Amino acid sequence: MDDTSLRLDGNALGGEFQEIFAQELTSARVQCGHCGKVEPIGAEHVYMHAPGSVVRCRHCESVLMVIVQGPSGYRLAFHGCTWLDIPHEA
Amino acid sequence: VARAAVLGRLNWRLGEVVEITDETSRVRSIAFHVPEWPGHRPGQHVDVRLTAEDGYQAQRSYSIASPPEDQRLILTVERIPDGEVSPYLVDELIVGDQIEIRGPIGGYFVWEAKMGGPLLLVAGGSGVVPLMAMVRHRAAVSSMVPTRLVYSSRSLDDVIYRDELDRLGGDNDGFEVIHTLTRVQPPDWTGYNRRVDSQMLTEVAFPPSATPAVFICGPTPLVESVAGALTLLGHEPKRVKTERFGPTGG
Repeated sequence: MDDTSLRLDGNALGGEFQEIFAQELTSARVQCGHCGKVEPIGAEHVYMHAPGSVVRCRHCESVLMVIVQGPSGYRLAFHGCTWLDIPHEA
Repeated sequence: VARAAVLGRLNWRLGEVVEITDETSRVRSIAFHVPEWPGHRPGQHVDVRLTAEDGYQAQRSYSIASPPEDQRLILTVERIPDGEVSPYLVDELIVGDQIEIRGPIGGYFVWEAKMGGPLLLVAGGSGVVPLMAMVRHRAAVSSMVPTRLVYSSRSLDDVIYRDELDRLGGDNDGFEVIHTLTRVQPPDWTGYNRRVDSQMLTEVAFPPSATPAVFICGPTPLVESVAGALTLLGHEPKRVKTERFGPTGG
């Protein structure tokens, strides 16, 4: 089985993000640091079968974010995004 | 309600089972009373957490099947063989039981009547659940938004919400259901009998020129293939929202 069949959407991380940021984040837009495309997090590709979750750009599959939960808390690596645009909640 | 639904930190709440409905041999709907539930939007999901006597916890996400207009929170769950959570929910849970639920979660894979249409929904198996919340919401607010649900099931017995979909589809209010049965068909079946493909979408989906809002939910291979076909037909990718279940679905 290749990774494609394990692919999920940014939606799948909605609960984790809301736990960490106390805010709905699947509608927040993110710019890929590699190809420059902008998408809502909910539209990006997510892989959750490894320890931690990996968010990849739906256009170029570059890693945007890595989220790992350990015994002492979360570690978030956002090294693949240029920016994250979080709207005021409606 | 919508404002309350998106604000604030997620809290685990105890939901009490108030009604259980068998949908198919592998799928049941569970209605909960959740005290101080903040309300939700059609398409959102919740997390469910089970705790064993030894403290071991297992957590899964389930789509909400009920519309915001329903006082109860309804989850429709498919039993995944060897699953950690779904066999308990489908086979063991009884009315009066309490389990931990948090939500609602998500804001991207959401449709409300005020967002307009036309609305194209494509479901594979239990991927119909969040789309049903949209269909029920549409009916609850008497929306006339032209809506088509293309629904792929293995057999007629595997079709979730069959009677309700038949009824809603017969109302002549702009809602249509197009079934396809991929493995077993009744002898008198005149509908589709194959996986959702480009030809089928050309025949039954709104054309790209109608700029429909599209929501696809189901096992990852179905979602990938339908989203790809719609893009090739000319639908703008940003109008095509997907929710993948992973390799097995549910």
